[in-house]
Amino acid sequence: MVTQSNNHIDAIPKVLLQQLLDVLSAKGYRTVGPVVRDGSVFWDTIRQVADLPLGWRDEQTPGRYRIEQTGSTRIFGVVHGPQSVKPLAFAPREPLLTIERSKGRVSVQPTMPKSEKVAVLGVRACDLAGLAIQDHIFLKDAYRDPYYRIRRDGLFLIAVNCTRALATCFCASMDTGPRASANFDLALTELDEEMLVEAGSEAGREVVRALTCAPASPAQTREAERQIKACAGSQTRQLDRSRLPSALYDAHEHPRWDDVAARCLACGNCTMVCPTCFCHSVEEAPDLTQTGSEQSRLWDSCFTQEHGYIHGKNIRPTIKDRYRMWLTHKLASWIDQFGTSGCVGCGRCITWCPVGIDLTEELPALLNSTTQVKKESIRS
Amino acid sequence: MTLFSQVTVNAAPNPYLIQPATIVEKIREAEDIDTYRLRFVDEQVRRSYRFAAGQFNMVYLFGVGEVAISIVSDPDEPESLDHTIRMVGRVTKAIAQLQPGDELGIRGPFGQGWPLDDAQGKDVVIVTGGLGCAPVVGAIEYIFRRRNEYGAVKILHGVKTPHDLLFRERFDVWRRHPDTQVLLTSDQPDKTWHYHVGVVTELFEQVVVDPARTMVLMCGPEIMMRLGVPILMQRGIPATAIYVSLERHMECGIGLCGHCQLGPYFLCKDGPVMRYDRVASWLGRTGV
Repeated sequence: MVTQSNNHIDAIPKVLLQQLLDVLSAKGYRTVGPVVRDGSVFWDTIRQVADLPLGWRDEQTPGRYRIEQTGSTRIFGVVHGPQSVKPLAFAPREPLLTIERSKGRVSVQPTMPKSEKVAVLGVRACDLAGLAIQDHIFLKDAYRDPYYRIRRDGLFLIAVNCTRALATCFCASMDTGPRASANFDLALTELDEEMLVEAGSEAGREVVRALTCAPASPAQTREAERQIKACAGSQTRQLDRSRLPSALYDAHEHPRWDDVAARCLACGNCTMVCPTCFCHSVEEAPDLTQTGSEQSRLWDSCFTQEHGYIHGKNIRPTIKDRYRMWLTHKLASWIDQFGTSGCVGCGRCITWCPVGIDLTEELPALLNSTTQVKKESIRS
Repeated sequence: MTLFSQVTVNAAPNPYLIQPATIVEKIREAEDIDTYRLRFVDEQVRRSYRFAAGQFNMVYLFGVGEVAISIVSDPDEPESLDHTIRMVGRVTKAIAQLQPGDELGIRGPFGQGWPLDDAQGKDVVIVTGGLGCAPVVGAIEYIFRRRNEYGAVKILHGVKTPHDLLFRERFDVWRRHPDTQVLLTSDQPDKTWHYHVGVVTELFEQVVVDPARTMVLMCGPEIMMRLGVPILMQRGIPATAIYVSLERHMECGIGLCGHCQLGPYFLCKDGPVMRYDRVASWLGRTGV
């Protein structure tokens, strides 16, 4: 959303940002932020502002991700890495139960994660929207997931409003960004000299009260607004949802599925980086003595062979079936299931696809008439 | 917000928790099929466990994993829990090695069962194929315990060969109920077979239905539903009076793991029993 919020906004000089980390630590939070590693950024524990990617920025295009050091004073110049905030609540591997067997008797103990207060600094608006979708799935549907609940309850979310869009971003057309509009404790906007701070919860207000800050000047808030609006305006990709879900259901036999299937490697990267994908499998790992066993869940992907397996038969044997399953679920059936799109416009699936498949290109092609699609594929 | 207005929240603190259950009896049904009669180890669980006909459990084997299996027993006797299991996959082949006294684990019951309240006062036509008869056995027992509350009952069951006919004695018992017709057919008969020969949809010709007061319960291969439902609809039975029990990969049973989707539905949570008009446009599509 680009609309300005009515919340009170403070400004803190960037040199005092360390104070925010210290206040959070004093309140018992482990502070986590984006840290440069392996040519990208990943969530990691941070103790000082210097741990953050000062001066770095990322460039993302279909199938390509690069970061470079620009020497700028921007702390949050990297928009995002492959991880959304998802793995902090929906763990990629979550032990569920330990089971013991002795003399034919079976006993079962749940293995709940340790409750931990974690303050996450630098969450983008698209990822907050993704987290809200995951909250709906794991906490507000017919069954409540107690493992997700414990991890989620420990999170203190510090958003950073985006002032620069990547070539792959399309949050503006999904109404999820570039401004964080909800579901945060604090939201920052980074200017050249200051951070503007807005509290979104009582816990957030309590933290702001402990900071050395002054109300932001009208000039500062105007400048922040200008930069956020400019970020939205600079986005070149978009997704037209007006005919969804029905138009995509109707496109089930469209020849474009064959076209995209010929490019797709079924590697599952798109599902691993997606802030909303929730498929998981359950794995049983017995110990060598056959007296103990651990049951865990692991992120799964609808691109795997096993995803559509039922006794001796695979419901989705081809890559075409699996790409169609993924896109139709993400953009269409998700709306029927949860009342929202499954896409938040972060663009990660475009960037991290090894062959650069772009859903903002695939969707219009699939909703086009068949004849137009044929012409396009001849041209390319 | 969602398609499903009636989301009932399950208050169980941990839906992943497995309850140990002892195999009290193992009944050989066919060369590769056994029925396991189970009894929960925990007395409180045993007393409070209830299920509806058509629901399923996640059946767990220590060190191997879980598999979704429909409940085949009578919902009015929930302390005796029966699962009829064919040896077909990794988990079910390992379960087949167990003997009475061994323990399995149970999570459930899950999913939506047959609409037996809505069927009250109506004629009920039950169409099944192969092991597909298992999920309706509980429904049939439920109806016969309340025989006066239902109209005519017609049970049409098809098998590939006479060897595949399970629950033979039950069919004979059901046949003796008033106003009840039991019709069996086999694709490939042998000398002992004295019923119809052919596919189950051919049995429709031997059945008189009043479309205005008939409810159909169907379970078996999807091809049987795709071929059978149009014939029933031609005879005037609306799609809204036809219920089918569907099968997809079910791994969590609680609508979270994502595997059992059919279009907008999670079959473990919204199904496995679905009203036909809701899934008609999805059945028969490739890759869904």
